[in-house]
Amino acid sequence: MSDFLKIADKTYHSRLLVGTGKYQDFAQTRAAIDASGAQIITVAIRRTNIGQTAGEPSLLDYLPPEEFTYLPNTAGCYSADDAVRTLRLARELLDGHKLVKLEVLGDPNTLYPNMIETIAAAKTLVKDGFDVMVYCSDDPIIAKQLEEIGCVAVMPLASLIGSGMGILNPWNLQIIIENAKIPVLVDAGVGTASDAAIAMELGCQGVLMNTAIAAARDPVLMASAMKKAVESGREAYLAGRMPKKLYSASPSSPTTGLIA
Amino acid sequence: MLITINGKARSFDFQQCNVTDLVTHLALVGKRLAIERNGEIIPRSQFSETFIHDGDKLEIVGAVGGG
Repeated sequence: MSDFLKIADKTYHSRLLVGTGKYQDFAQTRAAIDASGAQIITVAIRRTNIGQTAGEPSLLDYLPPEEFTYLPNTAGCYSADDAVRTLRLARELLDGHKLVKLEVLGDPNTLYPNMIETIAAAKTLVKDGFDVMVYCSDDPIIAKQLEEIGCVAVMPLASLIGSGMGILNPWNLQIIIENAKIPVLVDAGVGTASDAAIAMELGCQGVLMNTAIAAARDPVLMASAMKKAVESGREAYLAGRMPKKLYSASPSSPTTGLIA
Repeated sequence: MLITINGKARSFDFQQCNVTDLVTHLALVGKRLAIERNGEIIPRSQFSETFIHDGDKLEIVGAVGGG
Protein backbone atom coordinates (compact mmCIF):
# COMPACT_ATOMS: atom_id res chain seq x y z
CA MET A 1 0.00 0.00 0.00
CA SER A 2 1.47 3.32 -1.02
CA ASP A 3 0.53 5.35 2.00
CA PHE A 4 3.24 7.73 3.03
CA LEU A 5 3.62 10.50 5.52
CA LYS A 6 4.61 13.65 3.67
CA ILE A 7 6.23 16.51 5.54
CA ALA A 8 7.79 19.47 3.78
CA ASP A 9 7.99 17.59 0.45
CA LYS A 10 9.76 14.59 1.92
CA THR A 11 8.00 11.25 2.32
CA TYR A 12 8.34 8.74 5.14
CA HIS A 13 6.92 5.23 5.40
CA SER A 14 6.85 5.37 9.19
CA ARG A 15 4.23 7.53 10.87
CA LEU A 16 5.76 7.05 14.29
CA LEU A 17 8.21 9.75 15.36
CA VAL A 18 10.19 9.11 18.50
CA GLY A 19 12.26 11.01 21.00
CA THR A 20 15.72 9.95 22.13
CA GLY A 21 15.59 10.99 25.79
CA LYS A 22 15.19 9.14 29.10
CA TYR A 23 16.72 5.84 27.99
CA GLN A 24 19.11 3.83 30.15
CA ASP A 25 21.96 4.20 27.69
CA PHE A 26 22.64 4.78 24.00
CA ALA A 27 22.48 1.07 23.18
CA GLN A 28 18.94 0.87 24.55
CA THR A 29 18.03 4.08 22.73
CA ARG A 30 19.19 2.54 19.47
CA ALA A 31 17.46 -0.79 20.08
CA ALA A 32 14.15 0.90 20.91
CA ILE A 33 14.32 3.18 17.89
CA ASP A 34 15.07 0.24 15.62
CA ALA A 35 12.08 -1.63 17.07
CA SER A 36 9.86 1.42 16.54
CA GLY A 37 10.77 1.63 12.87
CA ALA A 38 10.86 5.42 13.25
CA GLN A 39 12.63 7.45 10.58
CA ILE A 40 12.29 10.83 12.24
CA ILE A 41 13.87 11.18 15.68
CA THR A 42 13.90 14.20 17.94
CA VAL A 43 17.05 15.46 19.65
CA ALA A 44 17.67 18.24 22.12
CA ILE A 45 20.36 20.90 21.83
CA ARG A 46 22.41 21.38 24.98
CA ARG A 47 25.70 22.83 26.14
CA THR A 48 28.58 20.49 25.41
CA ASN A 49 30.27 19.07 28.46
CA ILE A 50 33.68 20.73 28.43
CA GLY A 51 36.47 18.59 29.80
CA GLN A 52 34.67 15.29 29.24
CA THR A 53 36.86 12.38 28.29
CA ALA A 54 37.81 12.51 24.67
CA GLY A 55 36.32 9.67 22.68
CA GLU A 56 33.32 9.33 24.99
CA PRO A 57 30.44 8.10 22.81
CA SER A 58 27.75 10.52 21.80
CA LEU A 59 24.17 10.09 20.69
CA LEU A 60 25.25 10.73 17.11
CA ASP A 61 27.57 7.72 17.17
CA TYR A 62 24.61 5.45 17.89
CA LEU A 63 22.11 7.25 15.68
CA PRO A 64 24.05 8.58 12.67
CA PRO A 65 22.34 11.59 11.07
CA GLU A 66 22.80 9.86 7.70
CA GLU A 67 20.47 7.04 8.81
CA PHE A 68 17.68 9.10 10.36
CA THR A 69 15.96 12.40 9.82
CA TYR A 70 16.91 14.44 12.85
CA LEU A 71 14.28 16.66 14.34
CA PRO A 72 16.07 19.07 16.67
CA ASN A 73 13.67 20.42 19.26
CA THR A 74 13.50 23.41 21.57
CA ALA A 75 12.48 21.47 24.66
CA GLY A 76 13.20 23.50 27.76
CA CYS A 77 12.77 26.88 26.05
CA TYR A 78 10.37 29.30 27.69
CA SER A 79 10.62 32.22 25.27
CA ALA A 80 10.42 32.74 21.53
CA ASP A 81 13.94 34.21 21.51
CA ASP A 82 15.49 31.18 23.22
CA ALA A 83 13.68 28.81 20.87
CA VAL A 84 14.80 30.66 17.75
CA ARG A 85 18.37 30.87 19.03
CA THR A 86 18.40 27.15 19.84
CA LEU A 87 17.17 26.15 16.38
CA ARG A 88 19.65 28.40 14.61
CA LEU A 89 22.40 26.61 16.54
CA ALA A 90 20.80 23.29 15.58
CA ARG A 91 20.85 24.28 11.92
CA GLU A 92 24.56 25.05 12.15
CA LEU A 93 25.18 21.84 14.10
CA LEU A 94 23.39 19.71 11.50
CA ASP A 95 24.86 21.33 8.39
CA GLY A 96 21.97 23.53 7.34
CA HIS A 97 19.22 21.09 8.31
CA LYS A 98 15.82 22.87 8.05
CA LEU A 99 13.26 20.51 9.61
CA VAL A 100 12.75 21.38 13.28
CA LYS A 101 10.36 20.88 16.15
CA LEU A 102 9.32 24.08 17.84
CA GLU A 103 8.04 23.96 21.38
CA VAL A 104 7.90 26.86 23.78
CA LEU A 105 6.84 25.92 27.26
CA GLY A 106 4.77 28.05 29.57
CA ASP A 107 5.10 26.39 32.93
CA PRO A 108 7.65 23.98 34.45
CA ASN A 109 5.05 21.96 36.34
CA THR A 110 2.71 21.14 33.50
CA LEU A 111 5.06 21.79 30.56
CA TYR A 112 1.99 23.24 28.88
CA PRO A 113 2.93 25.21 25.75
CA ASN A 114 2.96 29.01 25.74
CA MET A 115 1.17 29.62 22.47
CA ILE A 116 1.80 33.38 22.34
CA GLU A 117 5.57 32.80 22.43
CA THR A 118 5.21 29.76 20.14
CA ILE A 119 3.43 31.82 17.48
CA ALA A 120 6.06 34.56 17.68
CA ALA A 121 8.86 32.02 17.28
CA ALA A 122 7.05 30.24 14.43
CA LYS A 123 6.78 33.48 12.46
CA THR A 124 10.48 34.22 12.83
CA LEU A 125 11.55 30.67 11.99
CA VAL A 126 9.34 30.37 8.90
CA LYS A 127 10.72 33.71 7.63
CA ASP A 128 14.20 32.40 8.32
CA GLY A 129 13.61 29.38 6.05
CA PHE A 130 12.97 26.65 8.61
CA ASP A 131 10.44 23.86 8.09
CA VAL A 132 8.62 24.09 11.41
CA MET A 133 6.73 21.22 13.02
CA VAL A 134 5.07 22.87 15.95
CA TYR A 135 4.02 21.48 19.31
CA CYS A 136 0.82 23.21 20.36
CA SER A 137 -2.27 23.19 22.52
CA ASP A 138 -5.30 21.41 21.08
CA ASP A 139 -7.05 24.69 20.25
CA PRO A 140 -8.39 24.50 16.68
CA ILE A 141 -8.05 28.27 16.12
CA ILE A 142 -4.41 28.31 17.20
CA ALA A 143 -3.69 25.25 15.05
CA LYS A 144 -5.16 27.03 12.02
CA GLN A 145 -3.13 30.16 12.74
CA LEU A 146 0.07 28.10 12.89
CA GLU A 147 -0.81 26.63 9.50
CA GLU A 148 -1.40 30.10 8.08
CA ILE A 149 1.97 31.27 9.40
CA GLY A 150 3.55 28.56 7.26
CA CYS A 151 4.36 25.72 9.66
CA VAL A 152 4.73 22.36 7.88
CA ALA A 153 2.92 20.33 10.56
CA VAL A 154 0.92 21.04 13.70
CA MET A 155 1.41 18.76 16.67
CA PRO A 156 -1.24 19.22 19.34
CA LEU A 157 -0.81 17.50 22.67
CA ALA A 158 -2.98 14.51 23.54
CA SER A 159 -2.32 15.27 27.20
CA LEU A 160 0.58 16.80 29.14
CA ILE A 161 4.16 15.93 28.19
CA GLY A 162 5.34 12.81 29.95
CA SER A 163 1.97 12.23 31.63
CA GLY A 164 0.95 9.10 29.73
CA MET A 165 -2.67 10.16 30.22
CA GLY A 166 -3.64 9.36 26.64
CA ILE A 167 -6.00 11.27 24.39
CA LEU A 168 -8.06 13.51 26.63
CA ASN A 169 -9.89 15.53 24.01
CA PRO A 170 -10.49 13.56 20.83
CA TRP A 171 -13.16 16.05 19.78
CA ASN A 172 -10.77 18.96 19.55
CA LEU A 173 -8.23 16.80 17.72
CA GLN A 174 -10.94 15.87 15.25
CA ILE A 175 -11.79 19.52 14.59
CA ILE A 176 -8.10 20.34 14.10
CA ILE A 177 -7.69 17.42 11.69
CA GLU A 178 -10.81 18.31 9.70
CA ASN A 179 -9.69 21.92 9.27
CA ALA A 180 -6.02 21.31 8.54
CA LYS A 181 -4.38 21.28 5.13
CA ILE A 182 -1.02 20.31 6.66
CA PRO A 183 -0.28 17.11 8.59
CA VAL A 184 -1.57 16.91 12.16
CA LEU A 185 0.47 14.73 14.49
CA VAL A 186 -0.27 14.01 18.11
CA ASP A 187 2.73 14.96 20.21
CA ALA A 188 2.87 14.24 23.93
CA GLY A 189 0.63 12.38 26.31
CA VAL A 190 0.50 8.96 24.67
CA GLY A 191 0.85 6.30 27.37
CA THR A 192 0.34 2.97 25.67
CA ALA A 193 -0.30 1.38 22.29
CA SER A 194 -4.08 1.90 22.26
CA ASP A 195 -3.56 5.67 22.70
CA ALA A 196 -1.42 5.75 19.56
CA ALA A 197 -4.00 3.67 17.68
CA ILE A 198 -6.79 6.05 18.73
CA ALA A 199 -4.80 9.05 17.53
CA MET A 200 -4.32 7.42 14.15
CA GLU A 201 -7.96 6.29 13.93
CA LEU A 202 -8.99 9.90 14.45
CA GLY A 203 -7.09 10.74 11.28
CA CYS A 204 -3.78 12.01 12.61
CA GLN A 205 -0.97 11.75 10.08
CA GLY A 206 1.44 10.54 12.73
CA VAL A 207 2.30 10.31 16.40
CA LEU A 208 5.36 11.63 18.22
CA MET A 209 6.29 10.11 21.55
CA ASN A 210 9.22 9.60 23.89
CA THR A 211 8.29 8.73 27.47
CA ALA A 212 5.66 6.13 26.54
CA ILE A 213 8.49 4.04 25.10
CA ALA A 214 11.43 5.06 27.27
CA ALA A 215 9.56 4.72 30.58
CA ALA A 216 7.96 1.36 29.77
CA ARG A 217 9.29 -1.58 31.75
CA ASP A 218 10.59 -3.00 28.48
CA PRO A 219 11.19 -0.04 26.16
CA VAL A 220 12.20 -2.13 23.15
CA LEU A 221 9.05 -4.24 23.33
CA MET A 222 6.90 -1.13 23.81
CA ALA A 223 8.57 0.47 20.78
CA SER A 224 7.51 -2.55 18.73
CA ALA A 225 3.96 -2.31 20.15
CA MET A 226 3.80 1.37 19.21
CA LYS A 227 4.92 0.64 15.67
CA LYS A 228 2.07 -1.84 15.26
CA ALA A 229 -0.45 0.45 16.96
CA VAL A 230 0.36 3.34 14.64
CA GLU A 231 0.16 1.07 11.61
CA SER A 232 -3.09 -0.59 12.65
CA GLY A 233 -4.66 2.72 13.66
CA ARG A 234 -3.75 4.15 10.27
CA GLU A 235 -5.19 1.15 8.43
CA ALA A 236 -8.39 1.32 10.46
CA TYR A 237 -8.70 5.01 9.61
CA LEU A 238 -8.20 4.32 5.90
CA ALA A 239 -10.56 1.35 6.02
CA GLY A 240 -13.32 3.47 7.52
CA ARG A 241 -14.88 2.08 10.65
CA MET A 242 -18.49 0.89 10.85
CA PRO A 243 -20.92 3.31 12.42
CA LYS A 244 -21.57 2.94 16.15
CA LYS A 245 -25.10 1.78 16.96
CA LEU A 246 -26.58 1.29 20.38
CA TYR A 247 -28.54 -1.76 19.12
CA SER A 248 -27.71 -3.91 16.16
CA ALA A 249 -30.60 -5.19 14.07
CA SER A 250 -28.20 -6.91 11.73
CA PRO A 251 -26.75 -10.18 13.08
CA SER A 252 -23.57 -11.47 11.50
CA SER A 253 -24.96 -15.02 11.04
CA PRO A 254 -27.76 -16.00 8.64
CA THR A 255 -31.26 -15.63 10.04
CA THR A 256 -32.57 -18.58 7.99
CA GLY A 257 -31.83 -22.31 8.18
CA LEU A 258 -32.07 -22.46 11.95
CA ILE A 259 -32.70 -26.01 13.23
CA ALA A 260 -35.96 -25.33 14.98
CA MET B 1 42.63 35.98 28.39
CA LEU B 2 39.37 35.51 30.24
CA ILE B 3 36.46 34.06 28.33
CA THR B 4 33.13 32.63 29.39
CA ILE B 5 32.30 29.22 27.95
CA ASN B 6 28.86 27.75 28.56
CA GLY B 7 28.28 30.12 31.43
CA LYS B 8 31.59 29.42 33.19
CA ALA B 9 34.51 31.88 33.22
CA ARG B 10 37.82 30.36 32.14
CA SER B 11 41.24 31.91 31.83
CA PHE B 12 43.67 30.93 29.12
CA ASP B 13 47.39 31.57 28.71
CA PHE B 14 47.40 32.30 25.02
CA GLN B 15 47.54 35.85 23.67
CA GLN B 16 45.90 35.08 20.37
CA CYS B 17 43.57 32.21 19.58
CA ASN B 18 41.18 31.33 16.81
CA VAL B 19 38.18 29.06 17.23
CA THR B 20 39.97 26.04 15.77
CA ASP B 21 42.73 26.46 18.39
CA LEU B 22 40.16 26.74 21.14
CA VAL B 23 38.29 23.62 20.02
CA THR B 24 41.60 21.74 20.03
CA HIS B 25 42.53 23.13 23.43
CA LEU B 26 39.19 22.00 24.88
CA ALA B 27 39.67 18.48 23.45
CA LEU B 28 36.56 18.81 21.32
CA VAL B 29 38.12 17.98 17.97
CA GLY B 30 35.95 15.65 15.90
CA LYS B 31 32.82 16.34 17.93
CA ARG B 32 29.79 17.72 16.16
CA LEU B 33 29.32 21.19 17.64
CA ALA B 34 27.81 24.54 17.03
CA ILE B 35 29.39 27.63 18.53
CA GLU B 36 27.87 30.99 19.30
CA ARG B 37 30.00 33.98 20.27
CA ASN B 38 28.33 36.91 22.00
CA GLY B 39 25.01 35.79 20.60
CA GLU B 40 26.22 35.30 17.01
CA ILE B 41 26.72 31.87 15.45
CA ILE B 42 30.20 31.22 14.07
CA PRO B 43 29.86 29.01 10.98
CA ARG B 44 32.17 25.99 11.11
CA SER B 45 33.79 27.11 7.87
CA GLN B 46 34.99 30.27 9.63
CA PHE B 47 36.51 28.69 12.74
CA SER B 48 40.11 29.24 11.70
CA GLU B 49 39.67 32.86 10.67
CA THR B 50 37.60 33.83 13.72
CA PHE B 51 39.68 35.07 16.65
CA ILE B 52 38.59 34.93 20.25
CA HIS B 53 38.89 38.11 22.30
CA ASP B 54 39.21 38.73 26.00
CA GLY B 55 35.74 38.90 27.57
CA ASP B 56 33.99 36.92 24.83
CA LYS B 57 31.02 34.83 25.83
CA LEU B 58 30.84 31.49 24.02
CA GLU B 59 28.14 28.87 23.87
CA ILE B 60 29.27 25.47 22.62
CA VAL B 61 26.40 23.07 22.01
CA GLY B 62 25.76 19.59 20.71
CA ALA B 63 22.86 17.22 20.16
CA VAL B 64 21.71 15.08 23.10
CA GLY B 65 18.84 12.71 23.73
CA GLY B 66 15.52 14.45 24.08
CA GLY B 67 11.84 14.39 23.19
